[in-house]
Amino acid sequence: MNSKVINLSLIVLCGILFIVALYLVFMWVPTEANQGIVQRVFYFHVPSAWVAFLAFFLVFLGGLVYLKKRDPRWDIMAYSAAEIGVVFTTITLISGVIWAKPIWFVWWTWDARLTSTLVLWLMYVGYLLVRAYAPASQGPAFGAVLGIIGFVDVPIVFLSIRWWRVQHPTPVIGGGSDAGLPGSMLLTLMVSLAAFTVLFALLLRLRYSLRQMEGEIEELKLGGGI
Amino acid sequence: MDNFPYLFAAYTVIIIILLVYVFSLHQRQARLRQELENLKTSLKDKNK
Repeated sequence: MNSKVINLSLIVLCGILFIVALYLVFMWVPTEANQGIVQRVFYFHVPSAWVAFLAFFLVFLGGLVYLKKRDPRWDIMAYSAAEIGVVFTTITLISGVIWAKPIWFVWWTWDARLTSTLVLWLMYVGYLLVRAYAPASQGPAFGAVLGIIGFVDVPIVFLSIRWWRVQHPTPVIGGGSDAGLPGSMLLTLMVSLAAFTVLFALLLRLRYSLRQMEGEIEELKLGGGI
Repeated sequence: MDNFPYLFAAYTVIIIILLVYVFSLHQRQARLRQELENLKTSLKDKNK
């Protein structure tokens, strides 16, 4: 299938899913009894974190395969995923901070979930900085190593609310017998997760093609002596 | 509805960050396409 057709299909699907998600979040799902209306931040906060985890998994995978095969396509995928992962981690952190203020009465607290997420963000910002300043010949290998090491923090972020007593809410899915979401909230979360996942696929395709173009320009400059 | 400003702020920030990122991708794409065209033209001229 033509690349433009795939991109167009993803744009249409993403648009439909986001319209449905926004309708469910603001018009359909009931307001949570304890937290009130601000709990609705959850429906975009959790999918942002999910996309960030997915992106950093691809950085990890891309790094591993690049180091084994030295195929630049894996490095391009890893780099593209890292940039998108940083964007979605930024969204996760900021939306969490805004939610925290009316619920915890502070913008930030150094609990394990928040701190490990901030460390994750800093590590992948570091990854992008290394890629920006490392020599072109060494950048992919440095990036691969950093991407693999950085991924160690992802399970720590995910499991921090299970391992330690934290201020952050405990898991609502797979969190034990007293955890769980009512059907309407679960459906809204699932639609938002689908919307964010399709958006991630679209952004990854776009960023990948840009990175390829950057490589092509570099090759032309080197080959043509420009 | 006491917390509505926080809800509004959160979704506004999310949408702004996503729009800025998509816009930056679009800008970079336009700049790279232009650069690629210029390079191809200058290489053609050089090989004539």
